Amino acid sequence: MQVVGYHRKSSSNDVVVSTLPLYRSAPPLEVRLEDFELFAMDRLRVLKGISDGLSRGKKPEEMEKLVMDLWKASMRHPQATEDVNKDNISHFVLRLVYCRTEELRKWFLSMETALFRYRFHVESSQAQRALMSEFNLPYKAVSNAEFESVEDKLRQVARSMGQTLPIADAIFYKVPFEEVPELVAGHRVFIHKGHAYVAMNQVVSLVVTQFRSHLSKALILTNRKWTFTIREQEKDRLTPIVEALCTSYLGPDYSQPKDFAEISIKDIDQIAKTSFPLCMRHLFEKVREDHHLKHGGRMQLGLFLKGVGLKVDDALAFWKAEFAQKVGAERFDKEYAYNIRHNYGREGKRTDYTPYSCQKVILSTPGVGDHHGCPYRHFSEENLRAALARMGVGSRIVEDVIDKARNRHYQLACTLTFEAGHGSSCDAGVNHPNQYFIESQKILQSKNGSVA
Amino acid sequence: MTKDEVENGRDDMLIDGPEQANAVPDGFNANYLRIYYGKLFPHADIFKWMSYGNDGKHPACDKSYIGRREFSFTLENDIYIRFQSFNSASELENSIKEKCPFKIDIGPVYSVDPAKRHAYAQSGDNVFTPVERELVFDIDITDYDDVRYCCTGADVCLVCWPLMTIAIKVIDTALRDDFGFNHILWVYSGRRGVHCWVCDGKARRLTNEQRAAIADYFHLYKGNENSNKKISLPGPVLHPFLARSYTEVLKGFFEAKLLSNQNLLSSEERYEKILEMIPDAVAAELRGRWQENKRSSVLKNDINAVRWEQLKHTLQSGKQKAQGLRRCVEEIVFSFTYPRLDMEVSKHMNHLLKAPFCVHPKTGRVCVPIDPNNCDEFDPTKVPTLSQLLEELNRGGLRQGAENEWDRTSLGESVTFFRSSFLHPLLKSCKEEIESSYNTKLQQAKNALSW
Repeated sequence: MQVVGYHRKSSSNDVVVSTLPLYRSAPPLEVRLEDFELFAMDRLRVLKGISDGLSRGKKPEEMEKLVMDLWKASMRHPQATEDVNKDNISHFVLRLVYCRTEELRKWFLSMETALFRYRFHVESSQAQRALMSEFNLPYKAVSNAEFESVEDKLRQVARSMGQTLPIADAIFYKVPFEEVPELVAGHRVFIHKGHAYVAMNQVVSLVVTQFRSHLSKALILTNRKWTFTIREQEKDRLTPIVEALCTSYLGPDYSQPKDFAEISIKDIDQIAKTSFPLCMRHLFEKVREDHHLKHGGRMQLGLFLKGVGLKVDDALAFWKAEFAQKVGAERFDKEYAYNIRHNYGREGKRTDYTPYSCQKVILSTPGVGDHHGCPYRHFSEENLRAALARMGVGSRIVEDVIDKARNRHYQLACTLTFEAGHGSSCDAGVNHPNQYFIESQKILQSKNGSVA
Repeated sequence: MTKDEVENGRDDMLIDGPEQANAVPDGFNANYLRIYYGKLFPHADIFKWMSYGNDGKHPACDKSYIGRREFSFTLENDIYIRFQSFNSASELENSIKEKCPFKIDIGPVYSVDPAKRHAYAQSGDNVFTPVERELVFDIDITDYDDVRYCCTGADVCLVCWPLMTIAIKVIDTALRDDFGFNHILWVYSGRRGVHCWVCDGKARRLTNEQRAAIADYFHLYKGNENSNKKISLPGPVLHPFLARSYTEVLKGFFEAKLLSNQNLLSSEERYEKILEMIPDAVAAELRGRWQENKRSSVLKNDINAVRWEQLKHTLQSGKQKAQGLRRCVEEIVFSFTYPRLDMEVSKHMNHLLKAPFCVHPKTGRVCVPIDPNNCDEFDPTKVPTLSQLLEELNRGGLRQGAENEWDRTSLGESVTFFRSSFLHPLLKSCKEEIESSYNTKLQQAKNALSW
């Protein structure tokens, strides 16, 4: 088994050049101010599309197609030769935008890594090889003898993923398991005594890990440069553009409720029934019922309530009234009050945590005894029907909602529920529980002229 | 010697008198703990462990290492103090004896001494951040409450404890055979679970992302009371890790022990839970058969085994062959028996975990090591308690200045095991690592200097 085992002979001596940049350093180009903003917005459209696709639980093949379509739609430059420049420029501009907080960095890192992963995957294997060598990965191909000793296990792993190993020409790399965390986590490689046996088509993972690690470090450096130099220097030119770019796409973060009256605890039961999305309603009902919630649920509901307008003292009173019934007032003060105050930025690092968006809720995985996460994703069909019935959704619409949920369009399912419950359409679609709440209150208030 | 004096824990208990004089009433309090920390808790061993060989004389030893490790103490009255650090064994010992903590937690090794953390900014070049931490796991039997009927909550008995035993077997084998780790310590948590400390250098230097990947490798049980299917095993065959766990540990345990111990198929309420996990058509057929048999008292003892065979046969027989049926049997077995880890404990370097040899306040039991090669023999109801150990000390009579007090108590076995199968091999390997990396550096320096 050789590392170089091509079946096709290349007909020319052309060097295989990949157009996939690694973004090692900012290109020494001149950019028009207009393009600075436009290129970045085009790329952001692609990244946002990836984010949406992931939160809808799209499979890798679907994601690959989605990414290619998005890229074609947004990132082509009128002059084809300028494609690579637009690619580079847009990436580096977005680095400035997304380096500024931990949460922004995390999001950007995830989306750029995903983008890179799919683009890498569709490259020819020659181009992939070329890119691999740019990363200087010192991994050896597995020798014939060793391959034979683990062959049946390798076949078993392939079959477990619904694939088959080619009888000959199967190329595997032996790498320390820490280098391919995603493959290990997903049971997509055979590991033995600390080494993972990575198939050629999985090499993507090796490269992606390197890409991610490099970008992660680069973002920290960019943040430092931004904070200490660029932001001030560019305050009349680039800085306003950079700051606007961020909020225009991620939407409001709902951490500062502004538009309407704050909510007090006596209103809570009523508004929970009328204006909470299912995820929060379920958590709320569980708190009332069990007088307890595990950590994941406390975070998801607690931050939502903060976004809804519940002040810290009212929040403490609410949680205490429930928890004290199970664990006693003293234990509440000792074990739970601190974390609630922490969420409001009153303790420790004093970070003001922002309520979870639908993407974040959908991507969480509730375990034993948990009630957080997205019910459209996690509830069994039976439980979902029952919950929707309790929300007063008519049986015909329930079928539509179930259908959307079954096809993994969780946010669309929630939007349908919203529309059923309020008798009006929600064109923007639900993408944040607090947005659901605000829209709901708007509609109800315009009907009644008060907090419904 | 009055009972009062015994309870007040005075050291000068001289009398080799009748049993009552040595008797120590059950309990957990500062006085008992003081004696425990004074005579039994293995301070020096813990210190040696945490030093990972850096307390030696070799020039490559990092003298700052142990001082950068965080300990936290929970004192009487729930006062909690974090970021405790020690530079010598005697410092550690004296602090424990003086403060008499009800619980000791071990945190990560930081970039600088935690006591000096405020001098370092959160961002920038001088950061106070974890740099090393054992890979740890926490398994708690309350996470199995939906599959055990003998106990709930904090209770644990010999019927359900084996769930912990098989968790140890599955995880331990994977850590050694799959991940290549060698220095692994399993500890009884004192009440209802087990902890695992993986101490290889490679493990201590894992990033959070890598820890998350390992935790996800072990993460199979996804679900709660809101969803039906808790474990999903797609694919025509299982990954080698899952296949091995199934054939070597889980299948045998489920069929030979769990089925009958927990009466999983004997009553309607119980078997419905299992029928929910298989396709409706098959479930309906079995339900019909079992409802009829309810009244017959044939083979009452083996009803679980009989019904299990029927279930397997119906699923795997020719009648209703479909993709979804192939893994049903395994999914059921996995749902009931596969280890359920607390993911958050393993994923972050800064998670604090209780130190071995602490005493659990609610049970009085010592957190003793468990031998993974003999974990079938481990009996949580026979673990020495604080009061039992003090009683044994009493019975042994007074020995001034004796080094190994624990030797004449039931704790002796545990300390010996800790040293011989864990600590000594670990320290030997650490020494080798320190020496070899030093030699490599020397060689590199030499090469750099040569013309």
